[in-house]
Amino acid sequence: MSFITRGFSGRSRERDDRLPPGQTLVHDFPVLSAGPTPEIDTAEWEFTIRTETGVHRWNWDEFMALKIDDVDTDIHCVTHWSKLGTSWRGVSLDTLFEEVETEQEYVMAHSYGGYTTNVPLDELLDGKAWVAFEFDGEPLDPEHGGPARLLVPHLYFWKSAKWVRGLVMMDQDEPGFWEQNGYHLHGDPWKEERYW
Amino acid sequence: MSDASSLATDASEAATPAAPVRTVPRAGWHTATVVAVHRETPTASRLELDVDGWPGNAAGQHLDVRLTAPDGYTATRSYSIASSGPSSRVVLAVDKLPDGEVSPFLVDEVRTGDLLEVHGPLGAFFVWEPDGRRSLSPAGRVRPVQLVAGGSGVVPLFAMAQAHAAADDLTPFRMLYSVRTPDDVYFADELMALAAASDAFRLDLVYTRRTPDGWPTPPGRIMREALAAAVIPAADRPLVYVCGSTGFVEQVASWLIELGHDAQSIRTERFGGT
Ligand SMILES: Cc1cc2nc3c(=O)[nH]c(=O)nc-3n(C[C@H](O)[C@H](O)[C@H](O)COP(=O)(O)OP(=O)(O)OC[C@H]3O[C@@H](n4cnc5c(N)ncnc54)[C@H](O)[C@@H]3O)c2cc1C
Repeated sequence: MSFITRGFSGRSRERDDRLPPGQTLVHDFPVLSAGPTPEIDTAEWEFTIRTETGVHRWNWDEFMALKIDDVDTDIHCVTHWSKLGTSWRGVSLDTLFEEVETEQEYVMAHSYGGYTTNVPLDELLDGKAWVAFEFDGEPLDPEHGGPARLLVPHLYFWKSAKWVRGLVMMDQDEPGFWEQNGYHLHGDPWKEERYW
Repeated sequence: MSDASSLATDASEAATPAAPVRTVPRAGWHTATVVAVHRETPTASRLELDVDGWPGNAAGQHLDVRLTAPDGYTATRSYSIASSGPSSRVVLAVDKLPDGEVSPFLVDEVRTGDLLEVHGPLGAFFVWEPDGRRSLSPAGRVRPVQLVAGGSGVVPLFAMAQAHAAADDLTPFRMLYSVRTPDDVYFADELMALAAASDAFRLDLVYTRRTPDGWPTPPGRIMREALAAAVIPAADRPLVYVCGSTGFVEQVASWLIELGHDAQSIRTERFGGT
């Protein structure tokens, strides 16, 4: 039903094909959160993966001893901004799941502060997701999810849970926090899966 | 961006979230006709839209506006809705960012009779509903509501204050509103009228650059003191809604935590910028 808006010409014609539909390129790093930014001390930080058989745990030092990847990627927020060529360091979920046996196919990511978001497991494996703790060569700011956040760049960025503390495996897909509040269960920016 | 919530779930408890709860109308694309344009402040306009097929909206929700250029180029931005209820009349108030792409167009270019594409209503968390279950404490008591607005961040909070008055809701409501100067107050007359009409709504203004004549405190970044003095005390367990630029919201939310407010009782909406 799209129509031309009288009087609107827009700022720039350079349409980068790395930008999904409805997205605008930004150079700063906007923040979207539903509540205050929690402060988490790495001395108390821990990351867990809970499956049908038990819980795997890593404290900060154990986590830092894992294989660390450099990740260059574009990120896309549902509030219509994208950032291209961002650089991160973190641990691949492939590395974490090497130690984990599970038949369950869905994941609920949980964060310090209570945030949750759901992602199917196969969207987190094969080099598609990390637990990231550095952005642009610096430790990740609390505002942006530090000390560590999930990084799932092929989905809208609300799936990249800030202040992540663990993953809980599930038999079925269940909506997380924003998903219960009207955001799409899946969140593919190329299909504009913003809201349901 | 990913998002923090304030819901208490604990990974170690393997909590399964409840089934989706949806108390607000479903979002869709609609054609809006601009029925009135009004200068709100020296830098902002109020747009009144009549939205074809609009299902109504809850106080605090937003919509997306999509502009299309003759060559098909589009730009989409989110705007909070200053009105609520079943009506197809929707009020927006937009602040002009001098270098922005969309806001200068909406503030300076749009006129009565223009058509705009909008998608909404959106958002089901940063909302307030009269006597709604969202404002109940775990013990089932109605909790007082504190609104904290910075600049154009007042838009969804004004909708809440108006919905509160329209419903004759007795929940104590208090709004702390930070503006640069007396000329920058959005919905000034309406807010004064709401405050005058009801004991259940109280308005506190903070001026950061210039105050009205005879104002008791100098302008400046006195938000922290104002916050400590004017917000409903943490001990009364208010539900707090904070809205404004990202920098404003980050600052206010962290002060609220220092003042003893529970992170789970603070809901935030960040408009971007610093
Ligand atoms: C849920 C939601 C509700 C919103 N509601 C309102 C509203 O009711 N009224 C309103 O005026 N705006 C609102 N905004 C902001 C609005 O969506 C746009 O970001 C804003 O109008 C700027 O768009 P633009 O195209 O003019 O600027 P752009 O061309 O997008 O941006 C220009 C530059 O300004 C920065 N910037 C973006 N937003 C801001 C900001 N708010 N303050 C300072 N710098 C910024 C950008 O990062 C960019 O660098 C809301 C945003 C969200 C996410």
